[in-house]
Amino acid sequence: MKLVTAVIKPHKLDDVKSALESFGVQGMTVSEASGYGRQRGHTEVYRGAEYTVDMVPKVRLEVLVDDLDATGVVEAVVKAAATGRIGDGKVWVIPVDDVVRVRTGEHGADAL
Amino acid sequence: MVDTGATAWVLTSAALVLLMTPGLALFYGGMVRPKSVLNMMMMSFGSLALIGVLWVLYGYSIAFGQDVGGGLLGNPTEYLGLKGLMEDTTSESGGLPAMAFVAFQAVFAIITVALISGAIADRVKFSTWMVFAGIWATIVYFPVAHWVFDFSNDDTGHVGGWIANNLKALDFAGGTAVHINAGVAGLVLAIITGKRRGFGRDPMRPHNLPLVMLGAGLLWFGWFGFNAGSALAANNTAAVVFVNTIVATSAAMLGWLVTERFRDGHATSLGAASGAVAGLVAITPACNALSPVGSIIMGAIAGVLCALAVGLKYKLGYDDSLDVVGVHLVGGLWGTLAIGLFATAAAPAGADGLFYGGGAGLLGTQAVGAFAVLAYSAVLTAIIGFALKATMGWRIPEEDEVAGIDQAQHAESGYDLVGTFGGHGPSAGTAAPTSKRTSEGASA
Repeated sequence: MKLVTAVIKPHKLDDVKSALESFGVQGMTVSEASGYGRQRGHTEVYRGAEYTVDMVPKVRLEVLVDDLDATGVVEAVVKAAATGRIGDGKVWVIPVDDVVRVRTGEHGADAL
Repeated sequence: MVDTGATAWVLTSAALVLLMTPGLALFYGGMVRPKSVLNMMMMSFGSLALIGVLWVLYGYSIAFGQDVGGGLLGNPTEYLGLKGLMEDTTSESGGLPAMAFVAFQAVFAIITVALISGAIADRVKFSTWMVFAGIWATIVYFPVAHWVFDFSNDDTGHVGGWIANNLKALDFAGGTAVHINAGVAGLVLAIITGKRRGFGRDPMRPHNLPLVMLGAGLLWFGWFGFNAGSALAANNTAAVVFVNTIVATSAAMLGWLVTERFRDGHATSLGAASGAVAGLVAITPACNALSPVGSIIMGAIAGVLCALAVGLKYKLGYDDSLDVVGVHLVGGLWGTLAIGLFATAAAPAGADGLFYGGGAGLLGTQAVGAFAVLAYSAVLTAIIGFALKATMGWRIPEEDEVAGIDQAQHAESGYDLVGTFGGHGPSAGTAAPTSKRTSEGASA
């Protein structure tokens, strides 16, 4: 099993969610995040004083998938989240040792 | 005979002016960081709590008692505890009960003290602030209110303050006594208390601009009581002042926004709120001396001037956190001096300034009044400020300032926004109440 984590632009969340639902993904976890990459932050001016705001609002999306689906899920996220402009975000995949469904106690791929 | 119209208007105005202090609390509170919003608002509410009491006990008497020498001080014991004033319907001219005037002037004292707090946001002990507020009101505001607001009355033999009666400077609603006074006190305290940790390095942007705009709106609303109520009658002067209070404020907002648009590239909401307050400050002394068109010009200049003045603290290196100096001191000075330039005899005050053929005499008179208050307030504030620094101390510990003054000084948080973890009993997020009363209640 793999954990696919994507940090994307907040306004692309609906597109990514639709793409993953079309792919057949059954669930996901979404959280608000803030940070910066090469995009860096932006400047704001208050009463003439300029502030550099490093942290940009982002959405973090996490999906647990079967090994075979990982590549397809990543492609679906990347395709849906891309705008072609700097700051589109990142997607990464890490291996997962085990998954347990809390309600039934099922382990591994059955719990996905 | 009680003039019922005047009494109704002055009491209504007093209520309007009272609302300015909670409005100021919102205006200031929105501008600080979320970890210090409550402390910021509490400094205003602390003034509401303390100064109202002091005003009744002896403040009114110091400000409006019979002069005890040179127009500098009213007799502190004449109206101690407002004695003799409950049935006094004659001492104020125009059939206004003395108690209506007491109420109206009480709320002036409260807001003047509260104005200072914006200069020392996020970093001072609440206890030291409260002690300062009481001492400052007693030896700075009450006497200066006597100088500026206490008019002599030949019919009753009352002798008032020197700026109002001897110098005869024009200050209708308190450009000197309120705004220059509080503005320079803010400057002195900002220097004595020192900078916030990370000033000039860390971003300290306003955490809630909608609160700031709501506060500015409430200030403007209340300011109609402040200015038009100062006519102390429901009459033509009040109406002229009312219109000037609208239009100077609008023009100042335009002035601030245009300045920002050209200098920084954006017209901001904080600029709109700040410009409105700058205009209100500037029109305060001048509202009965200018024509409406004169008010537009004077207000627009106030907006530009204050928008430029708020940047001074970075150049000069003092942390006047919420620009009490840039808005109240600069705006108050400009409004008080501008009377000497833009006053027209066609307005209720009936005097001509430099631009209306009145010569430079009035400008000189205005300058003497303005700088007398400025110097007195600066020196006395410095003495109180240093004395408190040496005794109680001003600053909270560094770790408390970094973690947030609300927690350290008030044991509260302004916002609880982690709703996901709440509402399921004491095990998640917050602990159960542990006060003695609660546990006794539970066991009973």
